[in-house]
Amino acid sequence: MASIDYPLEHPKIHPREFSFSETLYAWVATVDHKRLGLMYIVSALIFLVIAGIMASVMRIQLAVPNNHFVDPDTFNRLFTMHGTTMVFLVGMPIVAGLSNYLVPLMIGARDMAFPRLNAFGFWIFLFGGLLLYYSYIGGSGLSGAGSAPDVGWFAYAPLTEKAFSRGASSDFWALGVMVSGFGSIASAINVIATTISLRCPGMTLSRMPVFVWVMLVDAWLILVALPPLSAAQIMLLLDRSLGANFFNTQAGGSAVLWQHFFWIFGHPEVYILIFPAFGTLSEIIPIFSRKPIFGRPAMVGAVVAIGFISLGVWAHHMFAVGMTSWSNTFFAASSMLVGVPTGIKIFNWTATMYGGKLRFATPMLFCCGFLLQFLVAGLTGIMLAVAPFDWQLHDSYFVVAHFHFTLIGGLVFGVFAGLYYWFPKATGRMLSEKLGKWHFWLFCIGFNMTFIPLHFAGMLGMPRRIYTYAAGRGWESWNMIASIGVIFQAAGILFFVWNVIQSLRFGERAGDDPWDAWTLEWATTSPPPEYNFEKLPVVRSSRPLWDLKHPQDPDWKFE
Amino acid sequence: MAATSVVPVPPGPMEREWTTPDRGTVGIIFLIVTETALFSIFVVTYLVYIGKSLNGPYPREVLSIPIIASICLLLSSWTVYRAEHALQHNHLDRFKLWWIITILLGGEFLIATGVEWYHLITKEHFTISTNLAGSTFYSLVGLHASHVIVGLTFLLLVLIVTLAGFPIQTQFRRVRFLSWYWHFVDGIWVVVFTVVYIIGR
Ligand SMILES: [Cu+2]
Repeated sequence: MASIDYPLEHPKIHPREFSFSETLYAWVATVDHKRLGLMYIVSALIFLVIAGIMASVMRIQLAVPNNHFVDPDTFNRLFTMHGTTMVFLVGMPIVAGLSNYLVPLMIGARDMAFPRLNAFGFWIFLFGGLLLYYSYIGGSGLSGAGSAPDVGWFAYAPLTEKAFSRGASSDFWALGVMVSGFGSIASAINVIATTISLRCPGMTLSRMPVFVWVMLVDAWLILVALPPLSAAQIMLLLDRSLGANFFNTQAGGSAVLWQHFFWIFGHPEVYILIFPAFGTLSEIIPIFSRKPIFGRPAMVGAVVAIGFISLGVWAHHMFAVGMTSWSNTFFAASSMLVGVPTGIKIFNWTATMYGGKLRFATPMLFCCGFLLQFLVAGLTGIMLAVAPFDWQLHDSYFVVAHFHFTLIGGLVFGVFAGLYYWFPKATGRMLSEKLGKWHFWLFCIGFNMTFIPLHFAGMLGMPRRIYTYAAGRGWESWNMIASIGVIFQAAGILFFVWNVIQSLRFGERAGDDPWDAWTLEWATTSPPPEYNFEKLPVVRSSRPLWDLKHPQDPDWKFE
Repeated sequence: MAATSVVPVPPGPMEREWTTPDRGTVGIIFLIVTETALFSIFVVTYLVYIGKSLNGPYPREVLSIPIIASICLLLSSWTVYRAEHALQHNHLDRFKLWWIITILLGGEFLIATGVEWYHLITKEHFTISTNLAGSTFYSLVGLHASHVIVGLTFLLLVLIVTLAGFPIQTQFRRVRFLSWYWHFVDGIWVVVFTVVYIIGR
């Protein structure tokens, strides 16, 4: 009987104290996928805090009617920078960071396919982010008007044209976002080449972890959906700097064309952002239910289906523009169609839990929060896909509540689940379960307290992006409750930060495989050595570690 | 915990030999995919704005078909293929010859574009800010020309290191990827040519 050595323990490397400058150099010059992945995630979390503070300021402003906590111009900049930061500087690096860290480990590879391109991707992303924030200092340009961008995160033309957006703030918006997008594209090409080319022996596509599948399709979406935004931003920059007429309505240009290009990017972007959460759930729920994932082929099929259908639904953001009724019908129908694979996924995650031996550790709690909240987000999404319903609630707080349910209730909860789950792998220390539960419950209560009421404010007619409102329209109490919820959310985040700091210093040692998991990243040490695996693993099934732990009853006998 | 564990392998014949596609090949293919997405938006914009200009000069009045430049560029696709082929069979001199011809043909295309733009801007007063036709023309043709510049830069780089005596045969894979990129740039030109000089006029 042939057998292949499969080391679970690694030779100890002699620890040596590194000076600060050595450590700094090691991180700045690194091409190691794990360090780059961590750098992506840490920068995303820093931007998350910045954008979260912006959101808190807005909630303070909106807590009571006729408030003057911030002035209208500042408010415009706040919601623009909040949205832009959350999407491009939090969501995108989370995608890149998680796939960078985990994909090579999960497929049994020693690094990404192009390590130097990977480092380039991170630094160009960070440069784009800094460029965007530099607008606070340099955004006045020579004309002395405006500072940070104030055109909204989708920067509708012709508001962004030179005539209406003086100064350089919109240029910073277009350039910063475009440059950080190059980083995302570089990392997406890397993820695809890595998953296709660097899988360890036996890791066929049908055995690949669902997380890797999800990130593969995610990379595909980035490659086809991000260039339309870059193209539109190039046109915008040409308009603004060279006097081109793409979105100049005075010269026959079309403002609606910007909307089309933006949302050709913008809708797939929603899936690009949510996919890491889909991936983490698909890994965590089986482990904490002690059951293989339910309907694995259907899960993968659903993700691939989303990877294509989501490219054809963009104009559901534009029902109020006045498209033909045929377009409205088409995009309403396609938007409902994309709900089907998403429904399949929710069903399969639930079915995985059904009858399982459930362990409600913190990662699993966040997964459960995701399931409930993302379900609500999906249902309001289906409602908004109905064109006449959208006409009523377009640009209202109902829409704001809907997409925050997808992006916080879905994405952020999914990412926190992932952070609690893989933190031991990345650092060798467990996060505290006690603090984790505090984090979960405070954040969950706060999130729902903030965003459930905003649905009602929206249905009562409160438009998004207003900086204040008059009393007596029935919006006061909803807004007040929403603002109080922010306190709980912030407290939850503080517990998370405290938890990370504490466990980095005093956390319980994690060992290689604290969750008794089944995928390859748990076969190496925590944290993994620079080369990941001493010998490349060989896999026979989709749960290689299960096979290892149960030699009498391995998966490959049944697959 | 045991120092080493053993991955069980089922009795019977081993699985088929394990091979995966070359990562460079995958990378270049998906680079081309994402570039195609970028170009398609500019092409769509061009098509949408045909006939929408509010004032002249209009494309049919000022644009003339760049036949020679187009032939040069398409020909360079063939010559770069010949060069790649020569390198594969280790004919270094033939490789250099075909490679230089490719660079000359690409350079001629670029010069022709420059001359065309100079003529349009100074004689016809047709600029990027004149009208929608100007905006779409210069952005689409310019985006393509910038890709020609990138391609030419890499072609020149290969030529320089080859002439300096670097054993370029060892980098055959990369030369092949560069030639694929060059074919892509040429293929895009067919689309741009059709849209700008045939449909657009
Ligand atoms: Cu959408």
